Amino acid sequence: MNILRKKSKANLPFSETVIELFIRLCGISSIIFVFGIFFFVFREGAGFLFNGLNLTEFLTSVEWQPTSLNNKRYGAFALIVGTFSVTALAMCIAVPFGLGAAIFVSEFCSPKLRETFKIVIELLAAIPSVVWGFIGLTLMNQLIIQVFNAPIGLTMLNGGIMLALMSVPIIVSIAEDALKAVPDSYREAAEALGATRWQVIYRVLLPAAKNGLLAAVLLGAARSIGETMAVLMATGHSVNIPSGPLSWIRTLTATIAAELGEVARGDEHYQVLFIIGILLFTITFVVNLIADLVIKGIRQE
Amino acid sequence: MKKTVIVCFVSVLVCGCVVIGCSPPDGHNSNNVATKNSVHVTIKNKGSDTIVNLAQAWAEKYTSVSRTASVEVSGGGSGTGVAALINGTVDIANCSRQIKPKELEQATQNTGKVPQEFIVGYDALAVYVHPDTPIDKITIPQLAEIYGEGGKITKWSHLGIQNSACPSDEIIRISRQSNSGTYFYFREALLGENRDFRIGSLDLHGSKDVVEVIGRTPCAIGYSGMGYATSHVKMLAIATDEDASYYAPTLENVLAKSYPIARPLYMYSLGEPVGEIKAYLDWILSTEGQKIVQKLGFVPVENN
Amino acid sequence: MFTETPIDRRKQLTERVVRIFLLVVTSVMIIPLLLIIGYLLYKAIPVLSFEFLFSNPRDNMRAGGIWAPFLGTIYLVVVSLLVSAPIGVFAAVYLNEYARESWFTRVTNLAVVNLAGVPSIVHALFGVGAFVLFAGLGESILAASLTLAIMTLPVIIASTTEALKAVPMSFREACWNLGATRWQTIRRIVIPNSISGILTGVILQVSRAAGETAPIMFTGAVFYKTIAEGNLFAYNITEQCMALSLHLFTISTQVPDVTEGTPHGTAIVLVGSVLLVNAAAIVLRVYLRTRKKW
Repeated sequence: MNILRKKSKANLPFSETVIELFIRLCGISSIIFVFGIFFFVFREGAGFLFNGLNLTEFLTSVEWQPTSLNNKRYGAFALIVGTFSVTALAMCIAVPFGLGAAIFVSEFCSPKLRETFKIVIELLAAIPSVVWGFIGLTLMNQLIIQVFNAPIGLTMLNGGIMLALMSVPIIVSIAEDALKAVPDSYREAAEALGATRWQVIYRVLLPAAKNGLLAAVLLGAARSIGETMAVLMATGHSVNIPSGPLSWIRTLTATIAAELGEVARGDEHYQVLFIIGILLFTITFVVNLIADLVIKGIRQE
Repeated sequence: MKKTVIVCFVSVLVCGCVVIGCSPPDGHNSNNVATKNSVHVTIKNKGSDTIVNLAQAWAEKYTSVSRTASVEVSGGGSGTGVAALINGTVDIANCSRQIKPKELEQATQNTGKVPQEFIVGYDALAVYVHPDTPIDKITIPQLAEIYGEGGKITKWSHLGIQNSACPSDEIIRISRQSNSGTYFYFREALLGENRDFRIGSLDLHGSKDVVEVIGRTPCAIGYSGMGYATSHVKMLAIATDEDASYYAPTLENVLAKSYPIARPLYMYSLGEPVGEIKAYLDWILSTEGQKIVQKLGFVPVENN
Repeated sequence: MFTETPIDRRKQLTERVVRIFLLVVTSVMIIPLLLIIGYLLYKAIPVLSFEFLFSNPRDNMRAGGIWAPFLGTIYLVVVSLLVSAPIGVFAAVYLNEYARESWFTRVTNLAVVNLAGVPSIVHALFGVGAFVLFAGLGESILAASLTLAIMTLPVIIASTTEALKAVPMSFREACWNLGATRWQTIRRIVIPNSISGILTGVILQVSRAAGETAPIMFTGAVFYKTIAEGNLFAYNITEQCMALSLHLFTISTQVPDVTEGTPHGTAIVLVGSVLLVNAAAIVLRVYLRTRKKW
């Protein structure tokens, strides 16, 4: 839109200059906010991060005893494992369904059916996470107890299913975009060679769109890592290295949500929760960045 | 058509502005529009999750008692209440443990007012199990072995019972998030100050959650206020050690101070309470206020 | 040449199997949506009534309605909307109408994507650090709404950008040739022609903000507060409020002996409002598509 630049700035009335300034300010607001988030979260946690926290212990110990009277220990290893294992489980469920649905919607559907599915997926994405948590706590809890004969239904499996349901919409929409971005000439060329639709998908579309599909999975995973209420309510919230889908776990996000309300400001424990926040911010930032680079990579090709 | 849409958009914004604009920014609750009184005070009340239901019940009832004050209640735990007291952001802090001398000093320093203590009721922590678990009583040292770091009791059979409802025999420990007053008190009652809880328990978010999960789980043991008992769980009688006698968590035993894990519930005001805050605290300690304590399964003060 | 060979038959069979398999996979996603709404409605029917919506929680939050949290959510949403709608729309205008393609735009776009990816609990930490403590707003509707506003900003930016892109370049060029300035073009041509798309984004922001729990837990929502029933102006934005999402969390985990159906009722009101708002956005979008004249 270089053409816009042709107007000379000197002739602009004052009000217009003010408005432009405001618009520019809004334009860079997201940058300001991203830095602001990092700055303020870092600011609250920095004191203890650089002065007092044993980082090795933080990253490798399972001893999470933030309120011990004599021997406070801040080992977040179990929480990190918890976060990643429940995310992995959620992805195991969500990726096949998400990619399957994306392929179906983009390649097999009539336009009308496609619209319907997309609306359903959009509505699924709109259900608040606390409602998923509530479903996990009531309905899914009972279901897991009955189906698996487990003593308690608040498990990694429960949280994983909830997270899968929450990240499927993201995976579907991004994966569908990626499949759509594959030029029709690819499909036509393959079909002209006598390939069936499935062969076209399997041999041509999936390889061609693999970056976009990868980005879809990454963004779905980022969503799961950052999710709070559903895992707080559905995973049992126990500092525990999981031994299987029916063990209970605790995630980084849930730990902040459960404990932040109860710590005095400036306390070591308070600062550690902010350090967990920094960790989460970094993880999701990196995952988003990679996903973005992967997507941009396709565009340049 | 476009105009209509723009008009809709603008009117939404205007309505929003009106909503905001109509709230007087001077800190008084705008309830005074509804109630005819000129001054309406909001009392900020915050703290212990154990007390939060009680505090909420008081706040709710108090609306029909006082036309000049309403009470805002939030939970979050005793730590939150004390922290808010130190920062001077609440009028009354709820606490299920006594304020520490250090916190008292901090609050006095920060706000220039000395927090005043009020005992507003008593809470007995009950140990809950599933009704199918064949156990009726337990000792404090046994509980310490179940919950404490390095504890030796991890299976029901270690307690000498055959828990047929629980095929894995594993004791599932239900606990609370590590900063709640209930957690602190139970840990202190079981293990003193030098030992911590073993990790790996299910740290649930609310007192009610604990009872509900135990009600569905034959392998589980957990603790929560006795006011939270339901028909789906069983409360155990507790003894300080094997030779002592066992006491069930009942009103009588708590009042007679023979039940070993009971504690007072505190409210702290910033400085000597005056005006509406004093009126509220006085009402809480009155017969009417204490009736609510009993109704919620806690133990009222004045019978003491 | 076109007679069916066994290979063709096998191909067709695979084709059919794949198709059915994928259809099933896709349909599976409809089931949880229906199941959840059905389950919640079934459990909530005994308590649902107008009174449920317009009366305060009662009996130690065990019974009664959801007026105070419902109104609180409306406040949070409206205030956050007032902040994020102008910023979001103008940010999109900047990105689409002003900024040149450069590394800077690239970074800005990346920032939008990342802002959307920041976990809600980190937004909560930010809200506590920036608004509650640093700005001195304390725990209040204002602090909570600002946190929600920043959290939902990317939703508005993304959909507004989409809407602005849909306005053909020729519209702008025609306007410039008449001597209009950039801002005049935007105000008279670009925004009026994309207003439905912009509104869609704003509506989606509403639904997102209404459902969030984590960001408001520590910045402004309370466990319990009494307000006058039926009074729309019962809250003050410098004070705290109840919120539907947090109310659902507390009554399902902390309050004992809640009347059967009350949490489900709260959940269905929350889900219902969010889905209704979303449906409105969808209808608006479809309508927009059919109305488009270019």
